[in-house]
Amino acid sequence: MKLNKFVLPLALALVALVATTGCKHTPPKVTKLNGPATTNPAPPPEIPNTPPITQDNKPNGQDQLPNWPIENTNLTKLAAYTVHFKYDSAVVEDSEQANLTAVSDALKADSTGNLLIAGHCDERGTEEYNRSLGERRALALREALMKIGVDGGRIRTISYGKDQPVDTGHDETAWAKNRRGQFIWCTPKTAAQ
Amino acid sequence: MKSTFETMIETNYETTVQRNGVAYAGRVSYPTEIESISPELERGDFLGSSARLLIDPVRVAPTRGWLKLGLAFAFAFLVSSLSYAQNEIIITHTGVFGQKPVPVSLQGFTGEAEEVLKFDLYVQGFTFVAPDAAQYVINGTGGGAVAGSLTDKFANKMLLSRSYNGASLRREAHAFADDIVSAVRNTKPICGTKISFKSQSPGGSGEIYVSDFDGFDARAVTSDSAIVAKPAWWPGRMALFYTSYARGEPDIFYHSLSSGQRRVIAGYSGLNTSAAVSPDGSKVAMILSKAGSPNVWVCNTDGTGLRRVTKGIEDSSPCWSPDGEWICFAAKFNSRRVLAKVPSGGGEVQRIPTTGVANPTEPDWSPDGKWIAFTSQMGSFSICVMAADGSVPPQPIVSGQNPSWSANSRTLVYNHGPDGHQSLAVLDVFTKQTRDCHRVSGSNSEPAWAR
Repeated sequence: MKLNKFVLPLALALVALVATTGCKHTPPKVTKLNGPATTNPAPPPEIPNTPPITQDNKPNGQDQLPNWPIENTNLTKLAAYTVHFKYDSAVVEDSEQANLTAVSDALKADSTGNLLIAGHCDERGTEEYNRSLGERRALALREALMKIGVDGGRIRTISYGKDQPVDTGHDETAWAKNRRGQFIWCTPKTAAQ
Repeated sequence: MKSTFETMIETNYETTVQRNGVAYAGRVSYPTEIESISPELERGDFLGSSARLLIDPVRVAPTRGWLKLGLAFAFAFLVSSLSYAQNEIIITHTGVFGQKPVPVSLQGFTGEAEEVLKFDLYVQGFTFVAPDAAQYVINGTGGGAVAGSLTDKFANKMLLSRSYNGASLRREAHAFADDIVSAVRNTKPICGTKISFKSQSPGGSGEIYVSDFDGFDARAVTSDSAIVAKPAWWPGRMALFYTSYARGEPDIFYHSLSSGQRRVIAGYSGLNTSAAVSPDGSKVAMILSKAGSPNVWVCNTDGTGLRRVTKGIEDSSPCWSPDGEWICFAAKFNSRRVLAKVPSGGGEVQRIPTTGVANPTEPDWSPDGKWIAFTSQMGSFSICVMAADGSVPPQPIVSGQNPSWSANSRTLVYNHGPDGHQSLAVLDVFTKQTRDCHRVSGSNSEPAWAR
């Protein structure tokens, strides 16, 4: 019978134990270690200061469009043509076509200017997810402009994720304004000189 | 009154039923560690889950009074005896998350040392109880200094007796906490480790910070007043990779914390973000959009040897499997966010099912390979954890985002709270115990745990 199988070895164990400890109320028998060992935790690492990045202290990247870093920017020239997106979408809606045409016309009218497209998101979404979504929006606008004849080499994209809302509210009105692609007119360094 | 034996079981093991009607006999050493199992069941089948010794109450009943005696001896004997009798002891796979914490009594510490010990132990699955109810007793013996002992009441054995000096009180207390945890459970020490994170001002710009894992001793390692994102540690080194808009556009910087030197390793047109260094420290995975969509790319740590790994419509947040074979990331399939993995050398993208939770992003693969933590967005954000092999489905653990595993593969750092006022917190995944880190001014987010 299983009960016996269980109880018998246990009883034997307890008999053996009682024989060695004597009394069931014996205070806990503690194995003492030989004196307290000592540990000296390592000191915290020294972290030296790092100089901030400035115009004079600017490391190089691997830019494919090195001739026009985004320095001479005009935020107002194309501000009226900002494109808006649906929630969690990077699809350029048909209703935005007029804005794209206007931007394309501006680029055709002035060949010295280039375009920076800034993709933005509303606050719903994590930081890094929104950074990719914002870039996807900017790239979708770039593709749409290329489709209507703009040279892709004149367009840079930048994603701000949800870092630069135009409306800091927390409702659909604010979110709708923040899900956007902004067109920024850029004057290349070489052309400005 | 319950016998100590019963209490011990109830304290350390979850209540459950047999697994799939199959009984397993074996020896259980400590709540989540299973020493041996029969019939053939690999340790991996239990995946750090809680296990329970289920003993038929009828059989236990006659021995209750006796069991107050010589618990360790009786327990060991009992288990080894019964391991030959199937169905006498049943170990079952059960509630992985939400296990009961290990009851300890903490005595003889005050002030900062006590605060540090309580924080460190709480976020590794310990709880503080009266000495009677404790399985382990921690006694401070050093007066003003950090010195103490750890006694296993169940085994009647002192496991540790040590004093600490030559460092700040906080560091000494962290060192004692590490010794306590490693004496109780064979996990890697985390209390002396660092985290890195970003802190952002309302205007959007911020700095990269480095601090102790509890948020103390924080300092900004940048002073660019630029948008920053997603710091990542170079494993085993005092060096970071992070995203900064300091040059005007998002670039990935390498930053040596020992020399203060930094350089751009990815400054291509478009998006350069979300660096993640391979566990062997040789490669960096990241998100670049230079080819027309945000995708996973891999390069050497100096930026050379760049190659594209994914070609989806919109990818984000790569992380590495601990063997370096896989890169797990958030992808978009049919306009929906999903988790996916791809061989780090390139190959076919495979979806990772996250049944039961929606919008997964920011995966992080635990250093022991068993778990993937990620953010899920279902209304608000949740930290979710699933078994990397799918054997434990994803479960939301706490509200929050951007989880990062510590070296012990059970404690996570993450951020939570309203936008603009995010705080860092540390979470013991298996007990769901969580505590906020000490914060710096601004919105603290995107933590990365050095490991």
